[in-house]
Amino acid sequence: MRKSTRESNDVRGFVAIGASLGGSDALRVLLSGLPENFPAPVGVVLHRDREGGALLTEYLRKDCPLEVREAEDKTPIAPGIIYIAPANYHLLVEKNHFALSTEAPVNHARPAIDVFFESVAEAFGKYAAGALLTGNSDDGARGLTAIKRYGGMTVVQSPETALASRMPSAALADAEIDRVLPLDEIAPFLAETFTSRK
Amino acid sequence: MTARDFPMRDGCGSIEKPDSAEVEDLEIRLLLEGVFQRYGYDFRDYALSSLKRRTRNFSAQEGVSTISALQEKILRDPELMERYLHALSVNVTSMFRDPGFYRAFREKVAPFLRTYPSTRIWHAGCSSGEEVYSMAILLMEEGLHEKTRIYATDFDEKTLQQAKTGVYPLQAMADHEKNYIESGGKRSLPDYYVARYDHVMFAERLRENIVWAQHNLVTDGSFNEFHAIVCRNVMIYFNSALQARVHKLFHESLARFGILALGEKETIHGSPVAACYGTVDEYEKIYKRKQ
Repeated sequence: MRKSTRESNDVRGFVAIGASLGGSDALRVLLSGLPENFPAPVGVVLHRDREGGALLTEYLRKDCPLEVREAEDKTPIAPGIIYIAPANYHLLVEKNHFALSTEAPVNHARPAIDVFFESVAEAFGKYAAGALLTGNSDDGARGLTAIKRYGGMTVVQSPETALASRMPSAALADAEIDRVLPLDEIAPFLAETFTSRK
Repeated sequence: MTARDFPMRDGCGSIEKPDSAEVEDLEIRLLLEGVFQRYGYDFRDYALSSLKRRTRNFSAQEGVSTISALQEKILRDPELMERYLHALSVNVTSMFRDPGFYRAFREKVAPFLRTYPSTRIWHAGCSSGEEVYSMAILLMEEGLHEKTRIYATDFDEKTLQQAKTGVYPLQAMADHEKNYIESGGKRSLPDYYVARYDHVMFAERLRENIVWAQHNLVTDGSFNEFHAIVCRNVMIYFNSALQARVHKLFHESLARFGILALGEKETIHGSPVAACYGTVDEYEKIYKRKQ
């Protein structure tokens, strides 16, 4: 039988979220809408100032029923936990843990959404879901394309509900998108998709 | 719909099969094995995700379409191997990167180093040298420079040569100065360099106590005993097994009560020698060898 590098991966799904301008408020809406029993790990890349520190994690923790923590190098990926990319590092995923990189910014951003989404696509294949929210950037479209190419699912915040519509619009123009949803419907959709496992 | 039922596009020609990622993983393992056997550089225990990115970018730059094709060329072309080596070494850094770290080092480590008649610091994975000159400036301002020798090492000879010159683009200096001030710098950064046209060169007196040497953390052993080892954002590119090996190397190379400084998002917890260390500053990842 063919050896699969994914066999040892207990975590079957992964939700990757990317946001830029207006993202901290949008993320708070999305993350607080996820149910307590959400069964997949969630990784979040938000473009932000490198001095952001732990403030963002604190902010997102409020109202969120799930555990929110900053990802560090080699942090194991566990279901039902929300991991925030640290400022000034690219966030990537390996088979069952996170990895960081200080390589040059991509799309003027570090962390970059494309870098994160592409690694999620490769590690989780058809079990990956990518959601792209508000932003005044072109980051994320390539990443969603990769998630789609490896059989995953793509969701974009409807541009008219986004504080900055450029990022979701760019993704709609360049990538194959499964669902375009208003911000407040993204969490229920992800919950339905990931919790109704038989 | 269940997670297993995500829309699949089997049979559609424009969509790659999901296991193409696995084929590429295999290609990269074969490349790394070939590079090791042919040239002795061992990247087999590097973290795959970022190594793959850098390899893919390098392939695109060299006009090669698959990693297998890259392997074929690299095995026959030492010059291409040298370029690949340089591409794999991540040389994105700045002076006083993470100013809080330098502030903590100044406040919590410098007083400890002062208790020794002479000290040795190992800066492992020094890249293009910005953080080494930052440390030299800090030591000078703390009155430690005269009695300290900094051993700055990197596996990439080309990068090391560049670091040795102490020459950097002038335009980066404004950001460096900002970091320097935030880090608790006592003077002004231009006190330490001369500017000519669009470059600056760091002063000779900063450089005289720095020893530059090629050293590969993956394959080379301990070469001295140190009072502090600084290795920031280097091991993030290693997998857990290699990290454990390098942690052992550092432990062997540290004097009792010696300092180990890691990158802000790295951790010693989980390493096989974690119990041998106490914490000096958990947020800035500064540890002290207890045993």
